[in-house]
Amino acid sequence: MLIRKPNDIPSSEITPESVYINRRHFIGKTAGIALGGVAGAGAIGGAIAGRPGRAAAQTAQVGQRDWSAVRTELGEELNSFEDVTTYNNFYEFGTQKEDPARNAHTLRPRPWTIEVGGMCANPGVYGLEDFIRPGTMEDRIYRLRCVEAWSMVIPWYGFALKDVIDRADPLGSARYVEFKTLLDPEQMPGQRARVLDWPYVEGLRLDEARHPLTILATGVYGQDLPNQNGAPIRLVVPWKYGFKGIKSIVSMTFTEQEPFNSWKRSASHEYGFYANVNPEVNHPRWSQARERRLGPNCGVFSCEQIPTMLFNGYVDQVAGLYAGLDLRVYY
Amino acid sequence: MNKKRRVLLLKGLVWLLCLAPGVWLVWRGFTDRLGANAIEEVLHRLGDTSLVILLVTLSITPIRRLTGWNDLAPLRRPLGLFAFFYLTTHFLWYAVVDEGLAFEFIVEDVIERPYILAGFTAWLMLIPLAITSTKGWIRRLKKNWQKLHRLVYVATGLGVLHFYWQVKADTYWPLVATTVLVALMLLRIRQARRPSQRSLAD
Repeated sequence: MLIRKPNDIPSSEITPESVYINRRHFIGKTAGIALGGVAGAGAIGGAIAGRPGRAAAQTAQVGQRDWSAVRTELGEELNSFEDVTTYNNFYEFGTQKEDPARNAHTLRPRPWTIEVGGMCANPGVYGLEDFIRPGTMEDRIYRLRCVEAWSMVIPWYGFALKDVIDRADPLGSARYVEFKTLLDPEQMPGQRARVLDWPYVEGLRLDEARHPLTILATGVYGQDLPNQNGAPIRLVVPWKYGFKGIKSIVSMTFTEQEPFNSWKRSASHEYGFYANVNPEVNHPRWSQARERRLGPNCGVFSCEQIPTMLFNGYVDQVAGLYAGLDLRVYY
Repeated sequence: MNKKRRVLLLKGLVWLLCLAPGVWLVWRGFTDRLGANAIEEVLHRLGDTSLVILLVTLSITPIRRLTGWNDLAPLRRPLGLFAFFYLTTHFLWYAVVDEGLAFEFIVEDVIERPYILAGFTAWLMLIPLAITSTKGWIRRLKKNWQKLHRLVYVATGLGVLHFYWQVKADTYWPLVATTVLVALMLLRIRQARRPSQRSLAD
């Protein structure tokens, strides 16, 4: 059954308290929520419009909670809202990192529809609000490792992709799910340049798609996704390179064939279908052994270069998916 | 205005225009406007600047021959040296700031990554050109000076290749650079076949 929620209520306001209480590394939550309720709006405005700055304090109260003490399971600090929303790869709005923040205002993320189709029992076209079930929404603090050898830590807000898959009820013969981004050069001016074959296509094997770490995110820092981050809904697969995280999704199709994802289509010797983070398998033109961790410890004259972890540090959770698969061949 | 004053004025303009990208970067650094990946931003802008100035340097002689405006000839030396300055800063930024002088990584990069090898070779090639850019060296090397300094075409070609090899999909600017370089070389070859009064660097 689909539960509707009115459009005008920000998703952050109806986040169940259990979400907050469940955070393992969340310290001083009560004070944070109280303070965040008052200072939240101002802090968000300041972070967007204010002078650039990456001080943690500046974005500590983005959204409804105090994020300053939040860490990953490995104790890593979050990147600021500023970092997350001004340094983006979203070629639909230009190929430079600062382009999406500058150009994505032309995207109209609401109203939004998503078409679910292909080999499943319950195909259909859904409004975004029918897709999202408020009760399942939660914050997920994930590392994001870009294929370009930089990384961030981002507090996404979203729900398990499995939830949508179960509702669609794929046929037994379906093995993959393919996603597409909106195709509309009016809203996405970067699509006028044939840098990639538009629309952007990505896909997952169904077992990867059903994995509990795989989410569809509609927000970051507890609030709706800014356009440049893939509003209104995007994929997040934390053990894969960032380009697997397709943005502004308009369709989901269950298939028997492996989807031919955009970067593989663009340069198949450099980018594969799997794109699992792997320090042992280099990009043909650069090393994947290390990554530059952007954020609090990254300045003009020094920036942490840290060793890249197999499956981006989620090896315990996902290694089982790839038992017997040669990761050098299926990169 | 006599020739000496015109040249002085043009050289002043070259200094101003060539210093501007550096000043701009420093200003962005001080005001925290370099974005989340400041090190990479500085690295890329230093590389861009160097390549653009190199291409401008190479365009001086063709333009001079086309227009007969000989006042431009003395601009080649400061332009070339500015390009070398930005390229050296680009390399040092990579080696010292980006890689933190981790030699095992730098050596691995140069050996295993063709685009880094290309850029590194271009820089090595420009070192003797920068050293021999003085009047004394022009006199000493005589005709060999010009031969030696033709290396600038090879170095610029490697620079363009270095640029091209590292973009992921958007090859627009590398292709613009390639087109400019090829056009300049074709012009130069055509002009070299025609007799005309030539002047060495002065």
